[in-house]
Amino acid sequence: MPGRDDAGQGAPVTVTMAKAINMGLRAAMEADPKVLVMGEDVGKLGGVFRVTDGLQKDFGEDRVIDTPLAESGILGTAIGLALRGYRPVCEIQFDGFVFPGYDQIISQLAKMHFRSLGKLRVPVVVRIPFGGGIGAVEHHSESPESLFVHVAGLKVLACSNPVDAYWMIQQAISTDDPVIFFEPKRRYWEKAVLDVAAGPLTPLHAAQVLRSGDDVTLLCWGPMVKTCLQAAEVAAGEDRSLEVIDLRTLSPLDLPVIFQSVRRTGRAVVVHESPLTVGMGAEIAARITEECFYSLESPVLRVTGFDTPYPPSKIEEDYLPDLDRVLDAVDRALAW
Amino acid sequence: MSVTASFGGREGRPPLVQLLTPEGERVEHPDFAFDLDDEAIKGFYRDLVLTRRVDFEATALQRQGELGIWASLLGQEAAQIGSGRALSAQDYAFPTYREHGVAWCRGVDPLQLIGLFRGVDQGGWDPRESNFHLYTIVIGAQTLHATGYAMGIQRDGLVGTGDPRRDAATIVYFGDGATSQGDVNESFVFASVYNAPVVFFCQNNQWAISEPIERQSRIPLYQRALGFGFPGVRVDGNDVLACYAVTKAALQRAREGSGPMLVEAFTYRMGAHTTSDDPTRYRLSEELEHWKLKDPIERVKAYLSRNGIVDAGFYAGVEAEADELAARLRAGCLSMPDPDPLSIFDHVYVETTPQLRQQREDFAGYLASFEGAH
Repeated sequence: MPGRDDAGQGAPVTVTMAKAINMGLRAAMEADPKVLVMGEDVGKLGGVFRVTDGLQKDFGEDRVIDTPLAESGILGTAIGLALRGYRPVCEIQFDGFVFPGYDQIISQLAKMHFRSLGKLRVPVVVRIPFGGGIGAVEHHSESPESLFVHVAGLKVLACSNPVDAYWMIQQAISTDDPVIFFEPKRRYWEKAVLDVAAGPLTPLHAAQVLRSGDDVTLLCWGPMVKTCLQAAEVAAGEDRSLEVIDLRTLSPLDLPVIFQSVRRTGRAVVVHESPLTVGMGAEIAARITEECFYSLESPVLRVTGFDTPYPPSKIEEDYLPDLDRVLDAVDRALAW
Repeated sequence: MSVTASFGGREGRPPLVQLLTPEGERVEHPDFAFDLDDEAIKGFYRDLVLTRRVDFEATALQRQGELGIWASLLGQEAAQIGSGRALSAQDYAFPTYREHGVAWCRGVDPLQLIGLFRGVDQGGWDPRESNFHLYTIVIGAQTLHATGYAMGIQRDGLVGTGDPRRDAATIVYFGDGATSQGDVNESFVFASVYNAPVVFFCQNNQWAISEPIERQSRIPLYQRALGFGFPGVRVDGNDVLACYAVTKAALQRAREGSGPMLVEAFTYRMGAHTTSDDPTRYRLSEELEHWKLKDPIERVKAYLSRNGIVDAGFYAGVEAEADELAARLRAGCLSMPDPDPLSIFDHVYVETTPQLRQQREDFAGYLASFEGAH
């Protein structure tokens, strides 16, 4: 079979997240001839992060489409293709470049099913490499997830590791609703063992408890999952038991998993790279307050980027939540 | 047929494809021929009159408080009927919010257009049945949808098969103001580089609410196509025969695999932008008087009468049909039920979410708490 490489089937393989998403895209394209990949440089180059590497060679230019350099054009034509029965997967090259296509996402993609009274479906997936920590110039390190979560009609996901990424991208593509799929770009090259034969471990819209703990619940997604797991490891050395939940699905949120944990620990810290104000943490804190009020031992705390534009890369580590800032919040929650 | 970008402007004026003069005389054009008979022209006349009547009735309903707003197509009937009748069943049309005439040609019940402007839904027709997409309010956004849809037709292998019942194209409607939008320009780029089977049908009605065409372009709009690498043509937008012929040629070209084309239908918005607009604040009444002489319906009537194709009974019959249609619309509008408040939550997602289900349930409980109360 053309394009079937060593990692396509059979024995577990060690892959990077970029490769895992590539494999997921390949599997989805093999399973359904209506699946298309489109975006800037996704064809011959294989994408600036090589996530679509080799796909055009194996599936052809009609299915892996190098587009003109116009994000609204990518999104708008993807909607048209979806109306014709295709399942386009659009790559936005970097988070900060999605905004020229924002109108098509917000005003057209998100609302099409609703305004057609359910008659039209636009199963478009928008892949967005997001977040900072790679030393990039401006507009290449942003975390705009709450700008999409706020919009009815979209489903919003963020993968955090290769195994999840492989399955989540396929689950996203088979979703009949439009999906915004955030990929933590600074984790693209981190590896894990992927056993394709094992099947997906988790349903698409489910949070996952990655580490169990009793004292504080850390809620995170995308690039912050690794940070939080490291924080939990360090905290364990100080006799503090942190539970780490990878939310995975930001819209809809998997609230029961969050509530169950917080009712037990009584404390929650939400960690995200995007700015504080009206970020995901605000929504999560409000939900926890509404549903777990009598279980709380402290207010829900947030560790986030600041309410500033993303800073120059030489000081981005000061902007990004890190292990110490997470543990500082844990201390404050426990000392309340 | 050879379609070039310029169509040889005569005497230094922008060339205008015209097949029926404002006086109702048939004229020929070297590039575009009208290939239907007088029966078809009678049909066009009926379409034009009924479409205008729908427009009048809807305007009246708005004035009486039954519609929130109405976007009149007065003056643009020929552009819409001519292009709409040029479509094959398998072609797919993407309208703005003013394409009531195209909707008519595609078999969409005008009552469903009324529903949108009354506020009971956002377009109740099924685009999959009529191949007529929902109205798009955001200016120009639909040009990209039409281009993407056309790219889908390409991928379905339905371009250039030579089978006229299978080969398909899209047509997308937009106005002169929309040509300033990024989306329209991006759609030109995409359609051009992929050679997509899409016809860009621009109704240049001279006004984008209060802004004249001079605020959108320093060159005739059809000439923009050349810069994108496909042909453009300006057609008399008040000439239903020319609009039919040019659109049909453009669609045929697209279906055959020769790529996109821009049709600029040169017309005039004889009414206000919408019922909320007051054009006396920004344009002179002389202009309207000038365009009234080019009325799209009068010239067809003149043609039919002068050539003895119809008698008074024909006109009376169409009028009676228009009266009947208007009465049906009025009755249908007045008896249109308001949607169920809980339908707010329907179809937000194909697969709804637990949170939305909860919101719906909470709101249902809230509403129920008033039952029996006064």
